[in-house]
Amino acid sequence: MTEIIQKVKNLSIGFKSKKGEEILILRNISTNIKKGETVGIVGESGSGKSTLALAMMGYVKHGLFTIGGECEFNSSNLLKMKNRDLEKIRGRKIAMIPQNAGQALTPNLKIGYQIDEALQLHSDLKEEEREQKISELLNKVRLPSPETIALRYPHELSGGQQQRVAVAMALAGTPDLLLLDEPTTGLDVTTQAHVLELLNFIAKDTGTSMVYVSHDLGAIAQVSDRIIVMYSGEIVLEGPSRDILKKPIHPYTYGLLKSIPKLSLAGLPQSMPGSQPQPGTMHRGCSFFDRCDFSEEKCKNNSPQLEYLEELNTSVRCFNHKSLMNDSQVNQTVNKIKTSLQDKEILNLSEVSISYAKQKLLDQVLNRISDENPTVKDININIKKGETIALVGESGSGKSTILKSIAGLLRTKGGIIKFDRNRNLSSDLKERDPNDLRIIQLIFQNPDESLNPNHTVEEIIAQPLKLYFGLKGEQLKKNIIDLLQKVRLGEFYTSRYPRQLSGGEKQRVAVARAFAAKPDIILCDEVTSALDVSVQAAVLNLLQQLKEDFGTTYIFVSHDLAVVRAISDRVAVLYQGRLCEVGPSKDVYQFPSHPYTEVLLGAVLEPDPDIKPKLVAEDIVEEKPPQKGCSFQGRCSRILGDICKNEVPPWQITNSGNSIRCHIPLKELQKDQIN
Amino acid sequence: MLFLIIKRILLGLITLFIVSLITFVGTEILPGDACTTYLERQAFGEQLEACYRRLGLNVPAYERYMSWAVNAIQGDFGYSLSGEMPIKEVLGPRIKNSLVLASAAIFIGIPIALILGIVTALWRDKLPDVAISTVTIFAMTIPEFISATLLILIIAIWLEWLPGIVIVPTDVSFLELLPNIILPVIAIAMIMTAHMARMVRSSVIQVMASEYVQMAILKGVPYWKMVFKHVLPNALLPAINVVALTIAWLLGGVVVTEVVFNYPGLGRLVIESISNRDLPTVQALAIILASIYVSINLLADLMTLMLNPRLKTLQIRK
Repeated sequence: MTEIIQKVKNLSIGFKSKKGEEILILRNISTNIKKGETVGIVGESGSGKSTLALAMMGYVKHGLFTIGGECEFNSSNLLKMKNRDLEKIRGRKIAMIPQNAGQALTPNLKIGYQIDEALQLHSDLKEEEREQKISELLNKVRLPSPETIALRYPHELSGGQQQRVAVAMALAGTPDLLLLDEPTTGLDVTTQAHVLELLNFIAKDTGTSMVYVSHDLGAIAQVSDRIIVMYSGEIVLEGPSRDILKKPIHPYTYGLLKSIPKLSLAGLPQSMPGSQPQPGTMHRGCSFFDRCDFSEEKCKNNSPQLEYLEELNTSVRCFNHKSLMNDSQVNQTVNKIKTSLQDKEILNLSEVSISYAKQKLLDQVLNRISDENPTVKDININIKKGETIALVGESGSGKSTILKSIAGLLRTKGGIIKFDRNRNLSSDLKERDPNDLRIIQLIFQNPDESLNPNHTVEEIIAQPLKLYFGLKGEQLKKNIIDLLQKVRLGEFYTSRYPRQLSGGEKQRVAVARAFAAKPDIILCDEVTSALDVSVQAAVLNLLQQLKEDFGTTYIFVSHDLAVVRAISDRVAVLYQGRLCEVGPSKDVYQFPSHPYTEVLLGAVLEPDPDIKPKLVAEDIVEEKPPQKGCSFQGRCSRILGDICKNEVPPWQITNSGNSIRCHIPLKELQKDQIN
Repeated sequence: MLFLIIKRILLGLITLFIVSLITFVGTEILPGDACTTYLERQAFGEQLEACYRRLGLNVPAYERYMSWAVNAIQGDFGYSLSGEMPIKEVLGPRIKNSLVLASAAIFIGIPIALILGIVTALWRDKLPDVAISTVTIFAMTIPEFISATLLILIIAIWLEWLPGIVIVPTDVSFLELLPNIILPVIAIAMIMTAHMARMVRSSVIQVMASEYVQMAILKGVPYWKMVFKHVLPNALLPAINVVALTIAWLLGGVVVTEVVFNYPGLGRLVIESISNRDLPTVQALAIILASIYVSINLLADLMTLMLNPRLKTLQIRK
């Protein structure tokens, strides 16, 4: 048997409520981390997974305290250790790679110093040796020109580079155990795939044990040997990662896997009803009881114990796992999308370009924008009524920028945005009349920020109704309640404030507000990326239902290609503010033809250990689109030569109506990808 | 960077120009002028005309503004009406006195404020924090005329340790002034220190809760090293601007305290010259106080720019 390096025994962590009750965030957790293995801890927000990871370093956040149990490392309990002794373990024996490296690097200290600090603390190297070691570490995490990177401040690096610095910093102390708290969550798909590949390499190379905490089963599937599934502060399932992903024998894991959109399946995933209970509201019985499809009477009053099944090497907390065992192939039953496409054009963007460049004084006076190489250029899209079109691309691809210009929030530099074939929408918001404003509504990424915290749900939804339709009194009230019912919220929500709602509920209110204006077009800016997976599926289903009811057109922006696959009819792929490929989603996803589309799709992480991401291109960050030629020339692995550098590629149209902008002839593009 | 400094200085000068215009126009609009005030009931006929001619008030307003502005740039603000002496000479000792008071308050108050703020933040919700926070909130809420009066009552009248009010001439030497300023300094420093300590406390707490501090702890950085390297530089950066505003306030805005202690500083001069309708002095004071605010704010902004790597590199890139 391999050596155990971290032993968590009956760990409970919680806080004192205002009434003085103890409220548990972690309930009686026991698990072991073995030498050299990678353990994935997965769960939705609020499941206690980060608290558990921090406890493994003997760290408990301000306001929380240990109620019972221990975290044993080298046969001493970290939670009872003095700070002085902990300082010798942290960074040297156990190191952390944080979620958001951009925030986790001290802003006033240079990269080199921050790594050097770890070396000073945890090694006996002399100054010159340390300098060499810093270069070595930065090289190991594949950062270009380590000497110059070391002299930079954190804000001068891109997100992916910052994350690599955090990895280098953690490796400085040559730890035995690495804790990773959502290390790739804020990154672009391609960067994420590269960072994960690096982590896998490091795990093999150094033999370090890793604990990988994430809400993303796709990422977990790529790295872990063993998976722990957490739900409301408890371990509900623990076992070898392949078994858990292929044959989940706990209803929560089963539902979670079903609610994840997959690239290989068109249509919407099934949603899980309800939400995770808040800490302190747990009653007797199983905490998953309300949301479970397999629950029985006894689940209501008796809480199941974690049961170890020898034959599967798996622990499960469910009375009914046996019935799930026989039937738990995750067959995603998918609600097929009914396309309500009509052959009528509703919005037309022609030759739209947008510039973020600062205007010169003369241009400001003449009220014009002169920028030879604007952020977004040559956007021609024709959107049909009832269509869901998705704009995809990495950060900086201009997808949100285009959305803002359609909404009128950002002035275009040139081009025409035409509504309903004949109405030109002014690029200046002030020149749009109220009806122009009504027909286009926005739903934002983060409902916490887009809902006024001082307004009740009623006031939030009433605003568009009053503004556009002048409704008052009884009629207003009736309309609000109708809208709330449409988004599956009851009447009693009217008097609540946003802070009293869960993330999913808030986003539903935002959806209701958008529909209150009876718009023709709704712009959705990453509407599900702030939500948990199970909630995401429910919101996607709701959006689809509303679209079928009202015949609304959606313009959907997302970085999550699987979500886009699930909901959209057509996809437009953007790189550096230029269109690369536009086509029906089934064709774009099945025959990824543009080299960039191929890169994007290759980097998607599926919750399946057998599907590995394909890393086609380097994850370089380009600051500005190239002056001439193809926008993707800097990263393209199939670059032809001077033609790509000098000439803007032509549009090529495939038989299925897929337009690709590339110099490589269609036949060759398709031939290579089929192989 | 240089371009930015020049731009900020130009903006400051424009601000000063606008302030001077506003005060000039303001004094023009007010009914009555220097001559009617000076001559009181005799302000009519020959005598008034003569006075106008003597003070140069008979030329159009813009010409008077121009000549005033040209002289003011050279440091000549004209004559004070009440004392019939050059305003330069009136201002000189007052500025010195205000500087003495302000620097004493700064040298005592700011270090104490920083220490209290940091201590309360680091021992948040523990005994030192609760005790100090109670005191600072208390000190913050008592208006300065009450605390000043109480100080006089207790220390000057009951204990008879220090003089209660300043009755020395305006232009005494520093050593003679010293015992007189102790009570005013305490009164001012109390409020100022309390405000700043609260500010520093919340700023440090905010940084302590940041992810990079958590990261430093998890990296195994010893506590005090973490405080000095990772916390304080980031937490005290926003304090620079508050300190700057406090200094400007100390130089011209501590009117109440100066009046209570009869302290001959700039603040009291403002009140005096307004009630004497000594308009040239009011104008001069407005310009001087405005320049103090503008230049100290400019300095504070430049310091923030130098110390914050984020702003520094951004500027260079542009």
